[in-house]
Parts: sequence; structure tokens; C-alpha cells
Amino acid sequence: MNAANWMLLVLLAPLAGFLINGLFGRRLGGTTAGWIGTLAILVSLTGSVYLFGQAGGSGVNQSYYRWISAGSLQADFGLMADGLNSILMLVITGVGLLIHLYSIGYMHHDKGFHKFFAYLNLFVFSMLLLVMGNNFVIMFFGWEGVGLCSYLLIGFWYENESYGKAARKAFVMNRIGDLGLLVGLFLIWYQFGTFNYSEVFAKVDAGLYRPEIITAICISLFIGATGKSAQIPLFTWLPDAMAGPTPVSALIHAATMVTAGIFMVVRCNHLFSYSPLALDIILYIGLATSVMAALIGLKQNDIKKVLAYSTVSQLGLMFVALGAGAYTAAVFHLVTHAFFKALLFLGSGSVIHGMNGEQDIRKMGGLASKMPVTYWTFLIGTLAITGFPFFSGFFSKDEILIALFQKNPVLYAIGLGSAFITAFYMFRLFFVTFHGKFRGSEEAASHVHESPIIMTLPLMVLAILSIAGGLINLPHWAGSLAGGLEHRLTPLYMDTYHPVHVSMGVEIGLAALAFAGLVAAFLYNRSRYHQGNVVPEADEAMQGAGLFLAEKMRVDELYDSAFARPLESVSTGLHRSVDTGLIDAIVNGIGKLSNKAAALFARLQSGNISWYLLAMACGLVLLAALNLFI
Amino acid sequence: MELIIIPFIAALAVFFGGRKQAAPLALLGSLITLAYTLTVLSGFNTDGQFHLIIDFPWLNNGIRFRTGLDGIGMLLVLLTHVLIPVIVLLQWKRDEADNAGFFGLILLMQAALAGVFSALDGLVFYIFWELALIPVWFICARWGGENRLRITLKFFIYTFLGSVFMLASLLYLYFHTPETHSFSWEALSAVNLSGNEAMWVGAGLLLAFFIKIPVFPFHTWQPDTYTVSPSSGTMLLSGIMLKMGLFGLVRWYLPMVPEAIAVQLPIAGTLALIGVVYGGIIALRQSDMKRISAYASMSHVGLIAAGIFTLSATGMQGAMLQMFSHGVNIVGLFACIAIIENRAGTRDLAKLGGIASQARIFTILFMLVTLGTVAVPLTNGFPGELLLLQSVFQYHPAAGIVAGLTIILCAVYMLRMFQFSMLGQRKGDIYLFRDVEAHELVALGVIAALIIAIGFFPQPWLDLTGASVNRLLDIIQERVALR
Repeated sequence: MNAANWMLLVLLAPLAGFLINGLFGRRLGGTTAGWIGTLAILVSLTGSVYLFGQAGGSGVNQSYYRWISAGSLQADFGLMADGLNSILMLVITGVGLLIHLYSIGYMHHDKGFHKFFAYLNLFVFSMLLLVMGNNFVIMFFGWEGVGLCSYLLIGFWYENESYGKAARKAFVMNRIGDLGLLVGLFLIWYQFGTFNYSEVFAKVDAGLYRPEIITAICISLFIGATGKSAQIPLFTWLPDAMAGPTPVSALIHAATMVTAGIFMVVRCNHLFSYSPLALDIILYIGLATSVMAALIGLKQNDIKKVLAYSTVSQLGLMFVALGAGAYTAAVFHLVTHAFFKALLFLGSGSVIHGMNGEQDIRKMGGLASKMPVTYWTFLIGTLAITGFPFFSGFFSKDEILIALFQKNPVLYAIGLGSAFITAFYMFRLFFVTFHGKFRGSEEAASHVHESPIIMTLPLMVLAILSIAGGLINLPHWAGSLAGGLEHRLTPLYMDTYHPVHVSMGVEIGLAALAFAGLVAAFLYNRSRYHQGNVVPEADEAMQGAGLFLAEKMRVDELYDSAFARPLESVSTGLHRSVDTGLIDAIVNGIGKLSNKAAALFARLQSGNISWYLLAMACGLVLLAALNLFI
Repeated sequence: MELIIIPFIAALAVFFGGRKQAAPLALLGSLITLAYTLTVLSGFNTDGQFHLIIDFPWLNNGIRFRTGLDGIGMLLVLLTHVLIPVIVLLQWKRDEADNAGFFGLILLMQAALAGVFSALDGLVFYIFWELALIPVWFICARWGGENRLRITLKFFIYTFLGSVFMLASLLYLYFHTPETHSFSWEALSAVNLSGNEAMWVGAGLLLAFFIKIPVFPFHTWQPDTYTVSPSSGTMLLSGIMLKMGLFGLVRWYLPMVPEAIAVQLPIAGTLALIGVVYGGIIALRQSDMKRISAYASMSHVGLIAAGIFTLSATGMQGAMLQMFSHGVNIVGLFACIAIIENRAGTRDLAKLGGIASQARIFTILFMLVTLGTVAVPLTNGFPGELLLLQSVFQYHPAAGIVAGLTIILCAVYMLRMFQFSMLGQRKGDIYLFRDVEAHELVALGVIAALIIAIGFFPQPWLDLTGASVNRLLDIIQERVALR
């Protein structure tokens, strides 16, 4: 089998899983549907491993059929595998496989079990389409497809109306971004006359472009990214998306879909690198999002909401890396984040599972002894995200901060602050959940249990990855082991690209600074929540800045009063005043007027045949006259 | 010609076949028509010329009965003959004393529609145009809901008024053809008019087509008529009949008055774009599912019209594909609404909810129709919308962005409609929602299959019309250059 067929296999296996489970899943008993879904991903993973080996150098690129050709516009159905997306394919199918396994345990009792796996498979298909497409149109297919699956899975428990609302909010906010992306696509067609990545980038490198159009393209594409990757101003859907089952949050809203924006910018680095303005915008938006979301995360008490804001914040950091031109650092953090954030989400799912659906950390506490595997793996995840030395997050986050330091020390300080806040709320979450006294009811206490092996096994595998993930791109002091990812990605960059590089002393200094913050956050939260047994205050007791943060900076309310409600008023207003009150009234008025006129003419209708004949004759003469004179 | 005659004969058979045989006969007739259409299609030459020409003298003064099909006509005849069996099938269980009349009128409408799309003579076109109006008006006025007479009469008069202006324009052109005058499409489109004349002739034609499509602000007959009509009437109107207006723009407006398009197209395009956003915004807050769909349809056909007005091959091709897809989707949508209304006794979103938990297959089918309408990639709505938006954007970026708002608005109102009718808690326990029956499953299954097939493989449809579109654009360009 050649690489082109392998790519089809990787892509279509999850689609097959979707069709089987979607059409026949209901008739399959027990957990069969889950195993079918998992098997489909395993097939994809196998293919991805093979392609990872094939994808060195210029990679594999294949167009299968002409999807559309109309007028001057053409687009093929084509796939590719190269240094960049082969990594993502491994993450999608690898982490995806673990989450599928976990879901067999987590969703075991759900009546929509088969439907869940059908959707999950459909998601993996769409996500693979997004990263594997060899042109912008196929990427857009995947881009919208993952949005749709996200909608279906957030609203999975469809009988709950607030979940349905969250699902629609996610889809609509994504669509706002999609319009930006679509405009970007049209501009690309306008400028380059092709949608193929390789042709577009070749033309840019040959200098066949107008700088202002490149900037417009990049900004449009980035608007799309702010929707999908939950950045300011389109980030508010992601915390609400936690309405979906927790494995969904782990797979879609942490590890894969939300990183699509980062992937897209790296894929288009040949465009973005020519637009310093666009890169600056990305950097500042990313930085602002990172800090803002981290601050909000400080005051959340829903275990999944904390992780959701953390995801927004981490994605912000990845955009910071992109804005600073450190593409590899962004991809590096994308991969490590996929490991440790999937781990944290699955860990939170295990906690929720053990607590019978409880998500408020104020009602938890002291779970460490009751759920040892969940506890230890969650600790590993926490250490990884906070950047504890030699855990995966340590390397990837440091690389971003170093890039930022090179760019501008003030920006670096802000980025460091964001990292510090991250450490703060993560340790807070950790200690409040697992340490101190158990604060639920007696009855709840008796039910708390560790999750079954099918759920803890993925936790353990992800924990190992969260520790060792840094190996894929060690810093230069690691000698021959260093920069694996950098070497793999460099051929995709332009010749002007320079990897992040500072002196050993600076690097150690910066790492020490970050570590000091981490230790401070650890010690503070430990003494407060572990030794002091402090419970985060009740919602009613909050005030001032704390309340503002707990209320998520009131962004939802702002959007509601600035956009949603005015639009609703316009809608009803247009219908009542303009459509019925004006336009239709005019139409009816003309109708009535002609009725009156008809009443006048009715006198002419005397029933006298000769009248009619005369009128007809006049008409004919008129016609003939027209015929003669015109 | 057989594509008109077969449904006509079938209509007669149904009329005289009696109540019991009406539905089976109608289905059989429409399936024979479909089978014949597919045979014709398989050997159809898509070189952009007119084929299957029937031509014989009819009246004096150069008026001949002349029909024929190029790719554009063929696409719309195909749409008609695919959708009619679906519409008949959805009424399969109908068993009323007037069944023969009901099904006979649907087939009569089918014959007239095929005539409209294949007419190559101005007068033949006009006659079929009016002929198509009468059966559907009877269906709506006879079997509609409350206030049906007042509302459908308004619809009838409004559209009839439009067609009188069209007739006037066609007559004017006719009298300017060389002696001994001709109504043939070629002769009419060869007439050279002064700029002023062309403005008036063009305006008359535009008015007729704009009312039929409908384009803002000539749309106010539509929401009321869609709401009050029986579901089959609404499907005929929205699925096929409004394509007459769009087809009219392409075949009977643009080539007739190239002298006027430089002035009229920007205005017409602006109105179409206003309709896209205007319809979309109004659809956001309606609670009657039919009314939402009516405004949604207005928004979608506005985009199709805008694509036509770009006078680009991409926009035209997008319009062709989207005419077909819109027909499929809107019939699917009104079919789903009819099923809901039939089972639950209401189509008011405030009173619906929780159907998904009771009707699994129906939920999947309705979801697919919703996705097609929202134009999610790999459904039929997407390729056409992509082409249309691209062409409008190419025409003017600002226009493209305004038109692009449809992808946001449509997601909002369609998902809102799906949410409030299908998801959430079941409202009360006044009804137990029965899942789709066999005939509904087949009908919606055809719709679903088309939604997926066109989404994955839009090119065969585009290939059908590609050469015709190019030829048409060449003719227009040539005429404009001559001046």
C-alpha cells in the first residue's frame, strides 16, 4: 500500500466507525459500540505512525478528485502528510485513542452510548481532515466539521436546555470566526488564484504579492483562529462548552480542536511571516487572552471551568509564541499541552465520576486517599502545566517565555505573570480538591470511589507522556538529543527563520525565575487549603475584584447587551414595523387603491356587448399604431 | 417535449382515475416521468446548445411552439421531476374525497413547470408561466388554512400583476424583431434597444421575476402564503416555483436587455443582498416554523440572485447548483415541519420541544436537512454557497462580507428552530410523537441522499450547466461589446 492509500485509510477509518455506530450502534449490546469506535481510531493511529515515518522532507501529497470547478474557481479533494501535520495526526489519534478507551468506562451507563462514539469518531474524522488537507478548502471542511461535532457533543445531553444553549453558542461564535476565515480564503484566491498550500506559499516566496493584501489575509485567518481557539474576543463559548461529557472536553476542548488555530498559523507561516503587523496583533491578543483567562481561573469553583479557563490561557500562550515568530515553540507547547490538559480533564472526569456528578470543588476535599491513581496522575498533570522542572510543560513553556524575552522584556514579564497565575490557580484546584477535609455529605463520602481500570489506564499513559513529553524538543544543552521537533519543522519555515536561542546563563536565570513563582504558588496554596483547611468562599460572600473575576469579568453580559439583545430588537422591529407596517402596507394600499379605481371602471361594465367590442377595437388600433410608429 | 407531455397525461389520468387510484397513479406517473428524465439525462449533450428541440408553427405572426433544453433548463427540469415524486409520496396517506383533484393539480403543475424551463419562445414561456400559477393557487386556496382566500388571492394578484409587466416587455421586444416578427428566444434576444427602452423593458421583466423569487421588497406575499398554504403547496412554491423567477433572470432577462444591465444590475444586486440580511435577521425571532423557513428561504434565494447579478461564471455556476440544493433542502425542511405539525398539532416553537427523545430516525433526517440548510461542508448547501459568496466577494469585498453574514445568521435561526422543536424537555404530555412512517422515510431518504451526494460530489451537477453558463455569458458580453 502506498502512502496515498495510507492517508485515505487514516482519514476514513473514523468515518467508517461513525457510519457503523451511527447506523447499527443501537442494536449492538453492551460496550460493543465503544470498542468499534476505539478500534477505528487504533487503525488511524497505526496509519499515522506509518505516515510519520514517511513524512520527512517534502512529505506526501496527493489529490484524489476534483471536488469543485466552476468558472475560475477550483478545489481538489487532496491530502498531505508532512513534518507538521504528521505530528498532529499522532496527537489526534494517540490522545484520541486513550480518550475513546476512557469513554467506554465513563459513558458506560449512558443511554446514548453508541451515539457518543459515533460523534466522537466523526469528530476525529473532521479533525484529521482539517490537518491533512493539502489546500485551504479541505482545511475549511475540517474546520467547520469539528465545529459541528463540537456542537453535537456539547449538547449531547440534549434534554437539558442550558446545555443546548451552550452548544449553539459554541457553534455560532465559531461561525463568526469562520466568516473571517472564509474572507481570508477569498482573499487568497484573489491574490494567488489557487487554494493549494504549496502553490500559495511558492508564490509568496517568489514575491508575487501585495503586502497590504497579505496583511488582510493574515488578519482574516486569525479572526477564524480566535473563534476556533477561543481567543479574545470570541473565547466565551469555551467555558460554556464544559456542558459536554468530560471526555469531550478533554479531546475537543483541550487537546485537539481548539489548537486548530495554532496549527493553521504554523501551516501558513509563509504568509504570516510577511506581515509583521498581523504577528503583532496575534502576540498582543494571545498575551491579553492568556492573562485575562488566567485571572478568571483564579476564582472559579467548578473543576471543569478552572480547566477550561486554563485552556484558554494556555492557548493564548501558544499564540504569543506564534506572534513572536517562535513557531516551533508553539507546536511544542501544543503537543505537551495536549498531553497534560487531556490528563487533567480526564482526571477531573474521574473525580466527577467518583463524586457522582459533583463538579463543585468546595464540596470535595481530601480525595487523595480515596482515589489514589486519579490523585497521583492529577498531581503529575498539575506539575506539568505549572512548568515544574523537567516535566513536559517546563520545556515548552520556557521556550515560549524565552522567545518572548528576546522580543521584549516587558512582554516577557507579563507572560511570566500569566505563568505564575496559572501555577496559582492550578495548585489551588489541586489542594482544594484532593487535600484538606472532605466537605460533601456523609452519604456522598460513602460513595466516593476510584474509577475502573479502563479509565485509570489512560490516565497513567497520559501521565507518562506529561512527564516525558519534553523529550521531543529538548533545549540545546541536551546536545545531540536536542531540538527533535525543531529539526523536523525547520524545512517548513522560510529561510529567514531563526530558532529561539539565548545564552545558557540567561536560560537558567529565566527558568529559575519561573520556578520561584511556581514554588511560591505551591507553598501558599498548600498552607491555605491543605494545612489551613480553608474552603473557597461561597458565591454570595464574594465582592469587589473577586466577584468580578468569579463572574467571568461579565463578558457574557457585555456581549448580551451589546450584540445579542439589540439584534433581537432589530429582528422583531424589522418584522413589525418595516415588513408588516411599511412594505406590506404599501402593497395592500396599492391593492385597495386599484379596488377603488375598479369601482369607477365598473360603471363601464354595463354588460353592453357593443361597449366591449368598441374597447377591444380601440385596443387593437392602439397596438397596430404602436406597431407602426415604434 | 415528452418531459412536459408525460406529466400532463399522468395528470389527466389522475383526474379521471377516481379517489382511490389518485395517489398510486400520481406516484406512478411522476416516477415514469423521473425515469424518462434520467434516461434523457444520461444521453444529454452538455455542450451548452439547445437540444431536444420541438418546433412547429402555432399561431400567425411568427408565433411558434418551440421548446428545447440546454444544461440550465435540464437542471431545473431534473429538479422538478425529482421533487414531484417526493412531494407526492409525502401525501401518500391522504385520503379525501377530492384526492383526484389534489394529485391531478400537482402533476399539472409539474407539466407547466417543465414547460417554463424548456420554453424557447417568448409567448410559450409566458403561457406556461401563467399555467404554472393556476394549479398551485388552487392547491393553496382550496386546501389552505385560516384566511387562505384573502392571502392566496393577494399572492395570485401580486404575481399575476408581475407577469403582466413581463408580457408587456416581451411584446415590446416582439414588435421590434424584424418583419414578420418572431417570439423566438434568439430573435427576442437579438433586438437592439436604445438605453431608455431597455431600461423599461428590463424593469418589466425584473419586476415579474423579483415578485416570483421573491427579492426584497417584493416579498411580502411570501411569508403569509407559505404559512397559510398546505405543506404540498408550500413545497411546490418554495422548492420549484420560485426557481422560475431565478431561471427567468438567467434566460429571459439578462440576454434580452444587455443594454440595461450596467445600470440595473447594481441596483438589483443591492436589493438581493438586502434581502439576504433582512430575511436572515427577521427569521431570528419568529416562532412559527413555517414563517422562519419562509424568511430563511428569502435570505437564501437573495444570495442566489446576487450571484447571478455578478455576471461571473463562478457566481452563475454557484447559482445553478444552489437552485438545485435549495430546492432539495427547502422541500425537506417543509416536509419535516409538516410531519411535526401533523403529529404535534402545532408548529409554534413555544409549544414544541423534546421530539428527539421519541423519534430517533426523524431527528437524524431533520438534523441532516438543517445541516444542509446551514451549508455545513460535505452537505449540498456548502459548495453552492462557497461559489456564490466567492463571486460576490470578487465583485466587491464589502458586498461579500455583507452576504457572508448569512453563514452566521443562518446558523442562529436554524439551530434555534432545531433546538426548540426537537431538543430539550418534552413539553407536556399532550402527544406521543410517532417516528417516520415508511413513505415519509423514503421521501426524506431521497432528500438526505441528495444532501450528502451533492456535498461530496458537486461537480457532476456543475458539469451539466457549465457550458450553458459560459455560452450565456458570451452572448451577453458580445451584445454589450456591440453597443
